[in-house]
Amino acid sequence: MSSVQIRDVRKSFGNFEVLHGVTIPIEDGQFVVLVGPSGCGKSTLLRMLAGLENITSGTISIGDRVVNNVQPKERDIAMVFQNYALYPHMTVADNMGFSLKLRNAGADEINKRVKRAAEILALSPLLDRYPRQLSGGQRQRVAMGRAIVRDPQVFLFDEPLSNLDAKLRVAMRTEIKELHQRLKTTTVYVTHDQIEAMTMADKIVVMHDGIVEQMGTPLELYDKPENQFVAGFIGSPAMNFLKGHVRVNGVATFEGPNGVKLPLKTAPTASDGRPAVYGVRPEHFTIADDGAEAEIIVVEPTGSETQVFAKLGGEQVVAVFRERHQFNPGDKVRLKPDPSLVHLFDDATGKRMNA
Amino acid sequence: MADVAIPRAKPQMSEDSAWIQLKHNRNWLGFWFMVPAMAFLIFFLAYPLGLGIWLSFTDTRIGRVGHFVATENYEWLWDDSIFWLSVFNTLLYTFVASALKFAIGLYLALLLNENMPFKAMLRAMVLIPFIVPTVLSALAFWWIFDSQFSIISWSLKHLGLINQNINFLGDTTWARICVIFANIWRGVPFVAITLLAGLQTVSPSLYEAATLDGATRWQNFRYITYPLLTPIIAVVMTFSVLFTFTDFQLIWAMTRGGPVNATHLMATLSYQRAIIAGQLGEGAAISSAMIPFLLAAIMISWFGLQRRKWQQGESND
Repeated sequence: MSSVQIRDVRKSFGNFEVLHGVTIPIEDGQFVVLVGPSGCGKSTLLRMLAGLENITSGTISIGDRVVNNVQPKERDIAMVFQNYALYPHMTVADNMGFSLKLRNAGADEINKRVKRAAEILALSPLLDRYPRQLSGGQRQRVAMGRAIVRDPQVFLFDEPLSNLDAKLRVAMRTEIKELHQRLKTTTVYVTHDQIEAMTMADKIVVMHDGIVEQMGTPLELYDKPENQFVAGFIGSPAMNFLKGHVRVNGVATFEGPNGVKLPLKTAPTASDGRPAVYGVRPEHFTIADDGAEAEIIVVEPTGSETQVFAKLGGEQVVAVFRERHQFNPGDKVRLKPDPSLVHLFDDATGKRMNA
Repeated sequence: MADVAIPRAKPQMSEDSAWIQLKHNRNWLGFWFMVPAMAFLIFFLAYPLGLGIWLSFTDTRIGRVGHFVATENYEWLWDDSIFWLSVFNTLLYTFVASALKFAIGLYLALLLNENMPFKAMLRAMVLIPFIVPTVLSALAFWWIFDSQFSIISWSLKHLGLINQNINFLGDTTWARICVIFANIWRGVPFVAITLLAGLQTVSPSLYEAATLDGATRWQNFRYITYPLLTPIIAVVMTFSVLFTFTDFQLIWAMTRGGPVNATHLMATLSYQRAIIAGQLGEGAAISSAMIPFLLAAIMISWFGLQRRKWQQGESND
């Protein structure tokens, strides 16, 4: 186990820069999730950490050692690939023991460590099978077993759950988190799925177009997104954005599209008349008499909650209610955002305006 | 349950004429679809093979219908030192050429699988020996190895390394080396390109995983590339061995089996005895004598080709 420091790392392919100076401190034993849309550079960063890609500039250190010029096998890291990369011609046991075999570990030692990893992952009955004979979830576990056997300083996961079906994904999510709590090995996990990020991470790093948009605990990112990108990326269904202007005359309000009035707790200083984006999460709407009038378009009940799509000031918004309202398409309702949970972003820069 | 006898409708088929049946019955329909392929195989493969084997048991000559002589041709061959020399030549030729073709082909395939400039062009260039007609390349080699005009002798003389021309195709050892060299030159592209195709089916992430597991380049080859390539190697080497064992064109164009039968293969000897000398029966016996060797080669590859344990089982992809 050890900490990882990524300092001002850049990566170019030819003249094309894909990472524009990324700095991420990772503490010993932390579970860090790099999340972002495809092409944001998160996988490239992980591969640089593994040593599969060169570092154009900046430094990456594992523990106290700068590893920029250290061979992958000397970095003492283990990686789980998206397609698992299991050796098809080796049994589960041989797959897991391969790295030890290459290190000339004795047969007893290999056997012991493979057995222990297999017990942790409930793979013991499958040790003599070949990858082809395993289900997706089992292969996934073998890939993790291969990483565990090595007892590395850092685990790297590259979108490990994206080849699994939805139900299995949820189960494996819990399994990986449990495993981390048990082994406490520093983990860097790449995904494009914000739910995976939210549920598993100690710290989330939201990346976009080769830069870090925001770093923090899952709830920090949910409660106080620093910019409109993070606000829209974290949370499901995504946050509603309404364009308009801040108005301060006595009471701070937000004038949304088509003059619709939306409440603000306090206006940022000197913001009267400033063009801004009003952000409200679907779960922060309530039905209230002083709410803004909206027309319901579609109602989607999921059992535990109901998603309501409605037109508010001509813009489509989503609201989620846990209580059961009787709504029908075409109904007029009064939606009121909770002013204390509202987000305000600068229209031009997308930066957060309210505290 | 009431045991009521239901009057069965009389099968329609039996009422149709035999010809209608042949035209419409599903089983016969399948047969009709097989006929063209079957006819092709029977006339051009099974019949000549059967005729060849039959001829080997007769004393047929060109222009004279032969009589059945049982195994007399084979008894003659058993005591024929030239025949045994051709068997030895064929085995030597096949073994040395195939082994070297495999080694060079694998090396080229690994090289071409790397990222390097002009990759597409280099891959195309490797194929050139394969697309040149055999006889043309054999004629070219004939000139290259000519006793008077050989470019190799000429170059070595001008470099001052030798004083007189090397008698490439006139010396028994040199002649063997030359025909084997020509065969390798011609056969390498097939091996290289096929193995390259096999290499490209290996997922790059396997190498990445192995590298992270601590494998050196050699260990990557030894533990990942080679085992995953074995099915393709079995196929390509079977074909390579069969082609080399039955080679005729290259030898006939370059040496006609000479000097002193040093490069006579079973195929060329058979042609010489059967067509040139007119002893069809004896030539057929030499050809038929190749069958056990070829069967042995096929059997080896048959077991080599069997799906390995790791290839079995359901894929869940």
